[in-house]
Amino acid sequence: MADKTWLVIAEARDGALRQVSFEALAAARAVQQSGDTVVAALIGSGVAPLADALAARGAARVYIVDRPELAVYHPEAYLAASRAILQAAQPAGMFLGHTAMGRDLAPLIAAAHNWGAVTDVTAVTPGAGPEAAPRFTRPLYAGKALETRTAAEPFVVTVRPNNIQAPQPADDVAADVVAIEPAPVPLRAIVKDVIKKTSGKVDLSEAKVVVAGGRGVKSTEGFAPLQELADVLGGAVGASRAACDAGYCDYALQIGQTGKVVTPELYIACGISGAIQHLAGMSGSRVIVAVNKDPEAPIFKIADYGIVGDLFEIVPLLTEEFRKLRDASS
Amino acid sequence: MNIAVLLKQTFDTEERIVLAGDGVSEEGVKFIINPYDEYAVEQGILMRDAAGGGKVTVLSVGPARAAEALRTALAMGADEAVLIDDERVPADEYAVARVLAAALGGEGSGTPSLDGEAVDVVLGGNFSVDLGSGQVAVRLAALLGVPHVASVTRLETSGGTATAHRDAEGDIEIVEVPLPALFTAQQGLNEPRYPSLPGIMKAKRKPLRTLTLDDLGLSPDDVAPLTERIGIALPPERSAGRMLRGAPAEQAAELARLLHAEAKVL
Repeated sequence: MADKTWLVIAEARDGALRQVSFEALAAARAVQQSGDTVVAALIGSGVAPLADALAARGAARVYIVDRPELAVYHPEAYLAASRAILQAAQPAGMFLGHTAMGRDLAPLIAAAHNWGAVTDVTAVTPGAGPEAAPRFTRPLYAGKALETRTAAEPFVVTVRPNNIQAPQPADDVAADVVAIEPAPVPLRAIVKDVIKKTSGKVDLSEAKVVVAGGRGVKSTEGFAPLQELADVLGGAVGASRAACDAGYCDYALQIGQTGKVVTPELYIACGISGAIQHLAGMSGSRVIVAVNKDPEAPIFKIADYGIVGDLFEIVPLLTEEFRKLRDASS
Repeated sequence: MNIAVLLKQTFDTEERIVLAGDGVSEEGVKFIINPYDEYAVEQGILMRDAAGGGKVTVLSVGPARAAEALRTALAMGADEAVLIDDERVPADEYAVARVLAAALGGEGSGTPSLDGEAVDVVLGGNFSVDLGSGQVAVRLAALLGVPHVASVTRLETSGGTATAHRDAEGDIEIVEVPLPALFTAQQGLNEPRYPSLPGIMKAKRKPLRTLTLDDLGLSPDDVAPLTERIGIALPPERSAGRMLRGAPAEQAAELARLLHAEAKVL
């Protein structure tokens, strides 16, 4: 059995590596057998200095494609960069974060090579023995069921943020960097502009704490106390479909079977009754808190802690308590 | 403008999941058009009408029951439907994308077509709410050799060019692509219409064809799966926890204490 290479295509956002890229490294290390190598790659502009952080978490080599025109994800340009990386790395499998980039690039690479892909993976189990295929667990119906899949090598896998424990970084590791220069390809799509709406905000799918509002929030302004609570906790604000459909907030915030699935450490549901399609999107959270006026709301059936009351009274009180807690510990 | 829309019939999102053997029970389940595909159908109709003519053809790879979802799309205003119903097509995205590519004029052509007629725009959903892998449409774009923009919240065409707003985790990327091209619909792209009664009547007479792998010139070997399901399970059930008591301020203080000391999340 030849020694294999497992490749992680990491991703930077606002000048830093994304946590999910470290989690993808953990996934690659989970399938690693004795003699195998885990390597990483980074595509972007000004990303070369981030290579050491990948090495510190177990990447034996870091392939870098660093070009100004790769500052924003572009399917064709990133596919061309990936092809050059794959040529150099010859992996038996590759891992990406299940992010806007990963969701696009993974099937693109898989289709370009006629490879199988397993996306949105929440757990990786190594094969039992050197010949056995690794197994990938992923949600179906947004988490109402879970399936386990195997894939023929080479394969492409994307991992869902917040589910696989990232490796602890080692101190002072200098990356073995390989600069890759892909041949230019003609690009058909042109990214004309990027409207940044999320600058400085915690990304919903990667947030450790999510404060979500439902119909009970009643208006766009009603989300302000929720945002304050999220800010104190270093978290992100989400919403139920009812709140989005009512126009209180952007669909980008929607959590549920339509919308995003989130699995934070702490989920605080405010004024959300708990429709099945919403529960599918957040039941995987570690700890769930529900605040609702209606003691019969289904959300209480899955909440670890429940408060029956008016969210406009309770949420500011919570913000105050958490602020005290934060100030006491800092 | 000729438009092909990819559609999957899925469980209604309010359905609970019950396992039966090594699969999911369909007994008594209400089926719908995958919500993201519904945006795609609506967008196809809007684009055809804005162009002042052309044809919207809805395609699905699925079992016989999927015909119902295709009829709904026809009732919304699509012109024709194609159901590729063949149990030899495995539940693997590589395979499904190859089947669709064959139906749309073949791999690597760069110019998708249906029955020899050029297709300008291929539309699909961002992902399906059942398997949720989000692979098939993007794979199809790669196989057909057309550019794509995934997760679009706005889409306009002018001459042979389309401008799409792509939702990239909350940021908006404005992307211009030459047609033919493929787009996947994100929430907010439009407001899908309900089929009208005359629409439902008309849909009964609109063409709905059923094809098999043989009709598409594919053999089972061409669509041999590259991934395989080896197990399915329900997630561990969550049970109701603790209801806090007391005045609002006491409850808030108690919750902060419990999250810190008991749940250890803060």
